[in-house]
Amino acid sequence: MKNLALNTARFVAAGILAVSLSAGAALASEGAAVESQSWTFTGPFGTFDRAQLQRGYKVYKEVCANCHSMKLVKFRNLADPGGPGFTEEQVKVLAAEYEVTDGPNDDGDMFERPAKPYDAFVSPFANDNAARASNGGALPPDFSVIAKARPNGPNYIYALLTGYEEEPPAGVELRDGMNYNHAFTGNQIAMAPPLSEEIVEYTDGSPMTVDQYAHDVVSFLMWAAEPKLEERKRMGLQITIFLLAFAGLLYFTKQKLWSDVDH
Amino acid sequence: MAGNTTYHYKNPVVRWFDSRLPLVSLVRAQLYDFPTPKNLNYFWTFGGIAAICLVVQLVSGIVLAMHYTPHVDMAFNSVEHIMRDVNYGWFLRYLHANGASFFFIAVYIHIFRGLYYGSYKAPREILWMLGVLILLAMMATAFMGYVLPWGQMSFWGATVITNLFSAIPIVGGTIVEWLWGGFAVGNPTLNRFFSLHYLLPFVIFALVVLHVWALHVPGNNNPTGVEVKSAKDTVPFHPYYTIKDLFAIIVFMIFFLGFVFYAPNMLGHPDNYTPANPLVTPAHIVPEWYFLPFYAILRAIPDKLGGVIAMFASIGVLFILPWLDTSKVRSATFRPLYKQFFWILLLVCVGLTYLGGKPPEGGYVIAARILTAYYFLHFLVILPLLGLFETPKPLPASISESVLKGGSGKPAAAAAQAEKR
Repeated sequence: MKNLALNTARFVAAGILAVSLSAGAALASEGAAVESQSWTFTGPFGTFDRAQLQRGYKVYKEVCANCHSMKLVKFRNLADPGGPGFTEEQVKVLAAEYEVTDGPNDDGDMFERPAKPYDAFVSPFANDNAARASNGGALPPDFSVIAKARPNGPNYIYALLTGYEEEPPAGVELRDGMNYNHAFTGNQIAMAPPLSEEIVEYTDGSPMTVDQYAHDVVSFLMWAAEPKLEERKRMGLQITIFLLAFAGLLYFTKQKLWSDVDH
Repeated sequence: MAGNTTYHYKNPVVRWFDSRLPLVSLVRAQLYDFPTPKNLNYFWTFGGIAAICLVVQLVSGIVLAMHYTPHVDMAFNSVEHIMRDVNYGWFLRYLHANGASFFFIAVYIHIFRGLYYGSYKAPREILWMLGVLILLAMMATAFMGYVLPWGQMSFWGATVITNLFSAIPIVGGTIVEWLWGGFAVGNPTLNRFFSLHYLLPFVIFALVVLHVWALHVPGNNNPTGVEVKSAKDTVPFHPYYTIKDLFAIIVFMIFFLGFVFYAPNMLGHPDNYTPANPLVTPAHIVPEWYFLPFYAILRAIPDKLGGVIAMFASIGVLFILPWLDTSKVRSATFRPLYKQFFWILLLVCVGLTYLGGKPPEGGYVIAARILTAYYFLHFLVILPLLGLFETPKPLPASISESVLKGGSGKPAAAAAQAEKR
């Protein structure tokens, strides 16, 4: 029994060493602290709220998508398992609201057609230069993986969306065309406050507040960045349970085998 | 190695085959019957764990390469294509990205185990030096692999690290251009890094074969550091250590897959989800966590060339370690002073890891300089002197004796005390 305790202690020590090594690494990449919000998708059992993703898509489409592209997400993804849960019929309708350039056709000409589910989300600008020209020189970043491209992504984006102040604090001189935002590095951001009360019409009775919009659109952005999150956590649970049981069986097999050895 | 077989196989086909190519006998002698000290603790399982990590990286990497495009305009999106459209692509990529970290965790524990129990001492010097070569090849492979997703950290990490070679006098600039295949990190750089990232793991694999071969000549060291004296000191590798290693591998997998499934991006840098942009430099360029101690040493030296030399020397001292340690006693269990210095060295390395992730300013630089100086002091001054001045505790006559006195590798006094209770 003493040997068991000793060996266990050693193994735990090795585990702690491993975890502390990785924790040191995590510390190294942590950004400025922002307030943590409550999300449905965090934690080992977290999932997305379908209705919230659908509302978030609406906020993205009607507000964010005027400037921000999302080139890696396809319309068909909106019907994928673990996503907003639109039906395939709904996706066809949602896609057809956009025009895309296709071609060349048999005459060698490019032509416009309504978007299909297999098309990627249509970008608001033809290229980065056009995007800059329309946004005072600032390039609105693509939103495909934005929730993973910032430290503490979801909480940071929420803080940014709700971090605008109408008047900068005394002594702060805002540059031309800039807005004051206490969550943004340097506090001066080219993007005007994108959200305001009742800017997007909700039909499911959810409050039409900046706070609700921000939660919804951040959840949508997290799904866009990590569309396989639910599949990942589900598979993780199955595999973890299997490995724990397997490890238990192996441990007792090992104990039985070694019981005739003085060690 | 296992030349002429002494086994007699009942199956005539096996006998026919084995007398022409003794593959069956080799596996039997080296994997089944191989006499292994019976007192190995769980720190000895990390060699097998590291080997499994290599296999995981090879298999997941080969499949990833089927879907990845090494071109500056397509690399980032092809990785996202893997994440979104390839069946279980997200699993393969997260397995491979976190697998690199856990490979290093396993190897670092394996190295510190060797340091603690003196596994580098005669007759295992070649075994140890092969291990250091594996570490170097792993670092090169991991560095080039991190460049492939072509995110911001990929690009700027590649720029910073390749620029280190410009510190070489006279030919430095030419070497860097030769490495890049151009005048900056660009498409030729990405292409050759992909090619080498695919090649090097097989070099590592070959080195691992040599490493295991060199291990099987003298056999394992053990927690007492006392050589195997008789058959009573050993057990056959199979089933005793196959089952113990397998158990340890599965427990390690629980930690590893815990990251893959529940915190897949925790060990990565968010900036690498922004496509590489040569015109925008990230605020802080930091390498992956497993390079941080070396990065801290690099930046601790005020001179660029000096920093590069110090960084390579930090691994170079490991290479000559068997001749720096003058003590004849292997295990720290019987070296009261070395044991203290071992733990100090471990803390210094953890400290350097922390400092490597901090901006090179103010107190961080001073601390990194002190720890860097201590790191070299440990290997170049403390270890050679310690062997001359330290009085080791009495060694057990054999592994069996130490085991019978209670507790593998426990000092005799502590064992005696345990018996009194």
